[in-house]
Amino acid sequence: MSLSTDDVAKIAHLARLAVTPDETGALKRDLSNILDLVAQMDAVDTADVEPMAHPLEMAQRLREDRADREDRRDDYQANAPAVENGLFLVPKVIE
Amino acid sequence: MHDKTLAQLSAALQARKTSSVELTQHMLRRIKELDGRLNSFVTVTEAEALAQALIADLRIAAGQAGPLTGIPIAHKDIFCTREVRTSCGSRMLEDFVAPYDATVVARLEQAGAVMLGKTNMDEFAMGSSNETSHFGAVRNPWDDDTVPGGSSGGSAAAVAAHLCVAATGTDTGGSIRQPAALTGITGLKPTYGRCSRWGMIAFASSLDQAGPMARSAEDAAMLLTAMAGFDERDSTSADRPVDDYVGALGNDIRGLRIGIVGEFMDDGLDGGVGASVQAALDELQRLGAELVDVSLPNAHLSVPAYYVVAPAECSSNLARFDGVRYGHRCEDPKDLEDLYKRSRSEGFGAEVKRRIMIGTYALSAGYYDAYYLKAQKVRQLIADDFRRAFERCDVIAGPTAPGTAFRLGDKADDPVSMYLQDIYTIAVNLAGLPGMSIPAPASDGMPVGLQLIGDYFDEARLLNVAHQLQLATDWHQQAPKGFE
Repeated sequence: MSLSTDDVAKIAHLARLAVTPDETGALKRDLSNILDLVAQMDAVDTADVEPMAHPLEMAQRLREDRADREDRRDDYQANAPAVENGLFLVPKVIE
Repeated sequence: MHDKTLAQLSAALQARKTSSVELTQHMLRRIKELDGRLNSFVTVTEAEALAQALIADLRIAAGQAGPLTGIPIAHKDIFCTREVRTSCGSRMLEDFVAPYDATVVARLEQAGAVMLGKTNMDEFAMGSSNETSHFGAVRNPWDDDTVPGGSSGGSAAAVAAHLCVAATGTDTGGSIRQPAALTGITGLKPTYGRCSRWGMIAFASSLDQAGPMARSAEDAAMLLTAMAGFDERDSTSADRPVDDYVGALGNDIRGLRIGIVGEFMDDGLDGGVGASVQAALDELQRLGAELVDVSLPNAHLSVPAYYVVAPAECSSNLARFDGVRYGHRCEDPKDLEDLYKRSRSEGFGAEVKRRIMIGTYALSAGYYDAYYLKAQKVRQLIADDFRRAFERCDVIAGPTAPGTAFRLGDKADDPVSMYLQDIYTIAVNLAGLPGMSIPAPASDGMPVGLQLIGDYFDEARLLNVAHQLQLATDWHQQAPKGFE
């Protein structure tokens, strides 16, 4: 499996990562090597195998729909890079 | 005092032969004097530790103490700790102060343990050498030029160097067991769901599990007793009672069937490590266990399957780091996309970016069946292999890692060779089984780990086997020079 420069750029965009032209070469090589490792799975026939999504067979628990924790908005927003009036600030998205 | 085990120190505290304040001060002094060589701590919480120790001493005086009351431990910096920086080894969270405690942290605090600080780790637990940490590599106390393993490398080095009595770790693909092996300590990854993931920064949610790292199986049993248990805040927490881990330590292991995996004792294993593991197996046999051959024919596919499942889950989990709600934010973003892209690129290191990109690719339109679905099917084959093996044996034993500690920088430029460090540990995570690493005889003066793998929720038996072996040998009592 060999990824192209365009592939790397496309994946980086989907992952919302900025990749510089300097990094692209190494990423192309490393990601291709990892995909070669992953390709070893192709050697085994899994046509009749049920996929395993989770180690334990368990159903998702449900709980009553009611607030059970204190409101600590200010504490949680203390880690935000920019807040105002309880709102997270981002660059303008609507002109 | 620092050369004692948790069990010994617990007895000394209860008998008032020492106080928690005295013990905590001693450990803090050791961290100050010795950790410059190791870099095993990223944050030392001296004032908080002394305050907790004082409370512990009052509890002991009032006769309200439990077995962990007053014992100084360290937490891997992946666990959220209220009002204490929680960095996850990343620039992304360099200034993140957690607003709440992880359940594992809260449980240990309730049990009276004293927190000395937070330990270094591979960034977001992605690595097998502790070299991907934003806060610098950790050195192995057995040889400054070698790595302690990873991702819980700081916890492992700190326990091995006796800078703390015990520590917490997390294990997604071997991150407790491999560093435990490389530093000569005892580490246990419980069954998936046994310890709560609440407040443990997520890497790969269907694999992540917290566990104890300590000086002996007895110490690990004492810690796990406090750490394990149902937590409604973790949607995959196992709702079943916690076994009596300490009570089971003394059980007789005569007649116990120990499965030896042929595929794990092959050419990929270093000769010296193989001989050490064999010596440990011989000792188990001498203690009355019966060794039987078992096979895990799909185990060689565990690393390939893992490098789809773990990156896929990581790419999804780490999408939350967007420079908006917490974590690193770039300077002067020109628009929202620029904010996301530059904040993430500046905040994450190279290995984290690689894994996010592999996961993004595997989950992208048109590739899901070929990668993620295929990996989940292989995961099923691996779990079935274990199920069949446990029809023939009670516990599986073999090597933890393919070699002893490697030199700093040796594998840092070759991700795939680093990933192969975990060839013996990853299958256990994919299946969700409990596994532990305990010291076998050293090879060329460097620690070697014996891995024990149990059936689901059979932690008590693993700890029992490990404890019986440790009663009969002194491999776990060795200390690195300069840290005795």
